[in-house]
Amino acid sequence: MTMHKQSTTGGATGRWGLGKLKLLAASMVLAATANAAAPPTAEVNTTGLAVTDDTVNVGILHSVTGTMAISEEGSVQAEILAIEQINAMGGVLGRQIEYIQEDGASDWPTFADRSRKLLRQDNVAAVFGCWTSASRKAVLPIFEQYNGMLYYPTFYEGLEQSPNVIYTGQEATQQILAGLNWVKEEKGAETFYLLGSDYIWPRTSNKIARKHIEDVLGLEVVGEDYFPLGHTQFNSAINRIRLKKPDVIYAIIVGGSNVAFYKQLEAAGIDLTDGKTTLLTISVTEDEILGIGGRNIEGAYAAMKYFQSLDNPNNEAFVKAFKERWGEDSVIGDVTQAAYLGPWLWKAAVEKAGSFDIDKVREASPGIELTTAPEGYVRIHENHHLWSKTRVGRAMANGQYEVVFETDELMEPDPFPEGYQ
Amino acid sequence: MSNFSLKNMMTRQDVLGFLVLAILLLVIMPLSMDIIRLTQFGKYLSFAFVAVGLVLCWGYGGILSLGQGVFYGLGGYALAMFLKLEASSPENTAIQSTPGIPDFMDWNRITELPWFWEPFNSFTFSVLAILIVPTIFAYFIGFAMFKRRVGGVYFAIITQAISAILTILIIGQQGYTGGVNGITDLRTLLGWNIRSDYASYVFYFVCVALLFVCLFIAQFITKSKLGRILVAMRGQEDRVRFSGYDVANFKIFVFCVGAAFAAVGGAMFTLQEKFMSPSFVGIVPSIEMVIFCAVGGRLSILGAVYGAIVVNVAKTYFGESFPELWLFAMGALFIGVVLAFPDGLAGVYQKYCAPTVDRFLDKAPVFKRYSGDSSYSPSEPAKAS
Repeated sequence: MTMHKQSTTGGATGRWGLGKLKLLAASMVLAATANAAAPPTAEVNTTGLAVTDDTVNVGILHSVTGTMAISEEGSVQAEILAIEQINAMGGVLGRQIEYIQEDGASDWPTFADRSRKLLRQDNVAAVFGCWTSASRKAVLPIFEQYNGMLYYPTFYEGLEQSPNVIYTGQEATQQILAGLNWVKEEKGAETFYLLGSDYIWPRTSNKIARKHIEDVLGLEVVGEDYFPLGHTQFNSAINRIRLKKPDVIYAIIVGGSNVAFYKQLEAAGIDLTDGKTTLLTISVTEDEILGIGGRNIEGAYAAMKYFQSLDNPNNEAFVKAFKERWGEDSVIGDVTQAAYLGPWLWKAAVEKAGSFDIDKVREASPGIELTTAPEGYVRIHENHHLWSKTRVGRAMANGQYEVVFETDELMEPDPFPEGYQ
Repeated sequence: MSNFSLKNMMTRQDVLGFLVLAILLLVIMPLSMDIIRLTQFGKYLSFAFVAVGLVLCWGYGGILSLGQGVFYGLGGYALAMFLKLEASSPENTAIQSTPGIPDFMDWNRITELPWFWEPFNSFTFSVLAILIVPTIFAYFIGFAMFKRRVGGVYFAIITQAISAILTILIIGQQGYTGGVNGITDLRTLLGWNIRSDYASYVFYFVCVALLFVCLFIAQFITKSKLGRILVAMRGQEDRVRFSGYDVANFKIFVFCVGAAFAAVGGAMFTLQEKFMSPSFVGIVPSIEMVIFCAVGGRLSILGAVYGAIVVNVAKTYFGESFPELWLFAMGALFIGVVLAFPDGLAGVYQKYCAPTVDRFLDKAPVFKRYSGDSSYSPSEPAKAS
């Protein structure tokens, strides 16, 4: 019941936007003080977390310095926004959320260090953070050792399911399968060329993509290439692509390499807007387009679960609130939205459990649903990942995606896909 | 060697310095910090190994290596490989397509343990590998460079290139090395849970003990005839060569010692942090290690330890207090130290504190039998190199 109540209240917030939100917040705070309905601390916190009669501490652990800072900034902003909105509504179990922000500095050992501090010294009730798989892998043993709870926002390669992590981004199959199905049906594609940056996520994703293309769709992969992170010379690969003439270029290139890749693709005469070659990517969100430039990537397709241009009331309110809080020029990508879900999912789980205790929150988590999510509706699966839809967007010159397809049903998260390993 | 009494090896200031450091590391730190902070501190000490090695190579031998991360990484990886194999027992990895191999290999479609991983099933081999692999590697680099009389800036650039190459190799060969994620999720050492607080205490003291072993070796080298030859070489290499010494051999030796120290440091890091990643092998961390040494004072082995501690403590403190500003604060600290105190913390101590301490020691009965000598310090020659 608590869960349901949370959803509807949150829905109201979504539809009314920030102006009315403040009004609502004021009345909620008044209500909270008048009723003093918050359950006693001894009851909701039996394991020594940082919970007082009117506050609860959580951690935010992202890189705000170093190479990953650009990517992770959006996640930090989304998490702070969510926390502020929750506080304005009266907090969690009558307690205001206070966040302790730590800098992972784009350095995996630093992530480990800081997470240890957050869990052991600050005793935070939850941590929203990490972005790269490497940082998650570095902190995972620490969360398991000290029994913390991490809300991890990034789409990633799967092959993991920890009792101490809630994965609010999509695992590989949720991003890949529907996109490939779409490109077969919609574009009549028969041959694929797989590209990727050389690390675990692109490799695992392409492994799944290849299995799906060959074994399930019965189509052909004509080439597969990997490039070191930060690589900027794609000419030889592009030449191979021109020779093989694939119907679809499936690109999982990350970071700064994207800029060089899309520019060189255009320079080599592969025009993504003429409809001859389809480029499908799972690694370029609106955030990355800022760096690539809308003109350079116009016409490419991306398979994600969220685009800023999604047309629904939840998203409208979210985009508006985000821009009011962080500036009119803000761009919201897939991961930013997933990060925004973290605090809300945690709040819902805590309220369902009636406790901040990690074990109880974990137990309460499967089945938690959010009807107010900007992406629409999400639900936590038994395996700690989210049920969510896959969507395909077409990149436009203004840096936004135009949504051209979405799955009818929610995609089931499957971090250990049978037959794809 | 009979003339190597304690008195020849250490001035009374040195003895005092070692005692103070021992009290600090063995008594004050463990009593004043909880286990998380102490483990963090132990991690800083693992960098002190590298810094002490650099004092020998750079401060004494004049060999500026910008690639100490390579040896730190090799040492760390050697131990991490052993621990990873132990953590990858078939029972622990039953959900993989191929149980019994490290998880990252399974993700990369590797179905059997590569040959060079096999020996790391043996603890003895792994411990020896920590020392021997980096040393042999350093020997080859040193042999190739110094025999051809490559030195100075060129050597620094080559070491930097090597650290870049090794990073790319580790990241590129992720099926065999864990790639950019590194080797994570280490659990036990010979069946003993290394994640417990008790284990953390043990590792901290092991780390301190090994650091003192390295410090004594370094002290011995600097005060021996070998140390004097190194200083002479740094000043006037040709003169030493014309006096009949094979300069290259001395350089190779001291470079290997520096590498071995760094490797022990890397292994200590792995033990305390329970993982190893390529982010310690590259150019940036290697340069950071030189900065530890520069801040501490590149002619003082004890200074190097304090340098590593001070820089890392500052890094953690600024990082936790001002997540968005800490890099600027660190930059300011480095510029400030290098501009104001070119000889680092040790230089400050020598200039302002040492005379007072000396007067005090003159009165202290314990140090009575130690006379004069404290003025000896291998100062920089006038000639710029």
